Amino acid sequence: MIAPGRERFRALALVLPLLVFILITFIAPLATMLVRSVHDPVVADALPATLASLDGWDGEGLPDEAAYEAIARELVQAREDRTLGQVAGRVNRVQSGLRSVFTRSARSLRDVTEGPWRDALEEIDEAWADPATWHAIRATGQRFTGRHYLNAVDMQRLPDGSVARQPEERRIYLPLLWRTLVVSAVITLLCLLLGYPVAHLIAHAPERRANLLLALVLVPFWTSLLVRTTAWIVLLQTQGVVNDLLVSIGLVGDDGRLAMIYNMTGTIIAMTHVLLPFMVLPLYSVMRAIPGQYMNAAASLGARPAQAFLRVYWPQTLPGVGAGSLLVFILAIGYYITPALVGGSSGQLISNMVAYHMQTSLNWGLAAALGGILLAGVLALYLLYDRLVGIERLSLG
Amino acid sequence: MTAATGAPSAPPAPPRWLRGDTLGRFAYVAFCTLVFVFLVAPIVVIVPLSFNAEPYFTFTEGMLRFDPEAYSLRWYREILDNELWTRSLVNSLVIGVSATALATTLGTLAALGLASAAMPARRLVMGLLISPMITPVIISAAGMFFFYSSIGLGQTHLGLILAHTALGIPFVVITVTATLSGFDRNLTRAAASLGATPLHAFRKVQLPLIAPGVISGALFAFATSFDEVVVVLFMAGVEQRTIPRQMWAGIREQISPAILAVATFLIVFAGLLLVTVAWLRRRGRG
Repeated sequence: MIAPGRERFRALALVLPLLVFILITFIAPLATMLVRSVHDPVVADALPATLASLDGWDGEGLPDEAAYEAIARELVQAREDRTLGQVAGRVNRVQSGLRSVFTRSARSLRDVTEGPWRDALEEIDEAWADPATWHAIRATGQRFTGRHYLNAVDMQRLPDGSVARQPEERRIYLPLLWRTLVVSAVITLLCLLLGYPVAHLIAHAPERRANLLLALVLVPFWTSLLVRTTAWIVLLQTQGVVNDLLVSIGLVGDDGRLAMIYNMTGTIIAMTHVLLPFMVLPLYSVMRAIPGQYMNAAASLGARPAQAFLRVYWPQTLPGVGAGSLLVFILAIGYYITPALVGGSSGQLISNMVAYHMQTSLNWGLAAALGGILLAGVLALYLLYDRLVGIERLSLG
Repeated sequence: MTAATGAPSAPPAPPRWLRGDTLGRFAYVAFCTLVFVFLVAPIVVIVPLSFNAEPYFTFTEGMLRFDPEAYSLRWYREILDNELWTRSLVNSLVIGVSATALATTLGTLAALGLASAAMPARRLVMGLLISPMITPVIISAAGMFFFYSSIGLGQTHLGLILAHTALGIPFVVITVTATLSGFDRNLTRAAASLGATPLHAFRKVQLPLIAPGVISGALFAFATSFDEVVVVLFMAGVEQRTIPRQMWAGIREQISPAILAVATFLIVFAGLLLVTVAWLRRRGRG
């Protein structure tokens, strides 16, 4: 018999390599991203003297000459260090139009060697006579900031320091978040509607047939996601198989071909297809454990089939319904690939917005904040899943 | 309706209310059939279309008449001749096999430790090890992009191998842990009492018994890497493009039936995986 202490040491020694590996290759990247959502040192590093001279500024009117001198020198320096673009981009997100003001000022200031700096700057661009410019510099100059998170929930910090909602027409992210939740709920419901009877059929079929039918559910599960997405494009596009079929049997005219892809319909159809196995498998394993005699007993006691189903069968499948629905919903709200490929412009979800800010707008702080919110939501749902089902019992085909 | 007799029926037998030729029964079977068609048909349709002689994505009249002229192998030839596709296959295999080897080794060791009752903080550790499967992949990809480029592993094969290993690990841990929960510890104790060293007992007694679980875990890990596109999208340069990345480009830019040929190849591959895992599972149970 091994001593308990040694056994404990042995267990730890076996787990430790993987734990360290995951901490470095996965948890550290996640942490890096979360840090980025609140930490943004670019402006603070590039304009230290400017920010220092703004310390004494009361925020009313314009700052003093020292601030103008500092910004003039530091803009030129930033241009030489090639950080000007990043600085200008960040300030521009707070006060639009400042990107060009910054780049133009830095270029023109090369030839200016002495003050008065305020006059020189105001001559280059009137924006330097606007307190809003200075507020924007001061706001972006904070190393640690909550503005990405405020942005991500369509709020902003006003110059007086108070927090307010964005004007109606500039609210983007909360409506998108809401749309993601609604679409995920719709997909979950569709999966339940389609998956419940199928799981029931498989669970109560004779063994050989059940295995065959289960394989039909597992084929899409194992097939490459990109293959499945390609398949839906081939089937649903305007010149695709389904439209051709509908036209040839005369259900729609040749000019009335349906737009079933590159929109929300495409996203919903393709995602339901992708996620359906995740609903069927937990339902199936719960239903298999329900003895057939229960329904027979209900029938023999005079219950009509619908009554027997609702009062006897359905309640016993609720654990499977809960597990499957929760899993499908969690997977749906974080989905990226399918909406990106078949969603067009109207079928995008929150993940696609993260990707947009990562790859196109290069607003990485905002991407990280949106990612942080999504991650928090998913983790909360998984904790619920762990409570109800147990996380190590995730079905894997 | 006749009263149910006490005849015992095995659990998988269809309940009484579903036997008989009622309209409801018919509707139920018809509905389920439609769902199965929905699940499988899109995948099946791809296969014949990949033999299309014309650059279309739908069945030409010739194909519907089964005219041999309407079918051809041109898209398969195009793929095999295209260096982009062949190189991406090599990349996918190199990254997939390396990531699978790493994930399986580390994951199996960890599962052995996690199976021990003496393991401290078991739930927390399990949660951390499974987190790559839970996290939405766009978030993992964004974080990995920042982190790996900051340590000089952006746009390298090594970076992608490490990233894919992390994504595959939960599958290995879960399947091996599940297999181990059915493992009788007395067997290793018996081996030890007969004089086997722990390593020897593991190799000769425990490993052969949990092998089906380890292999399924490895297949899951490989399938994960082989189908992964988002992390590759963020981290890979031109030199590291994999098959899914190449397909992504094909779908986004110019969708050509050549993609359907690749897809057919991947469907066959998925079928093989499915059969292998089902076979392993039966063996693991028996």
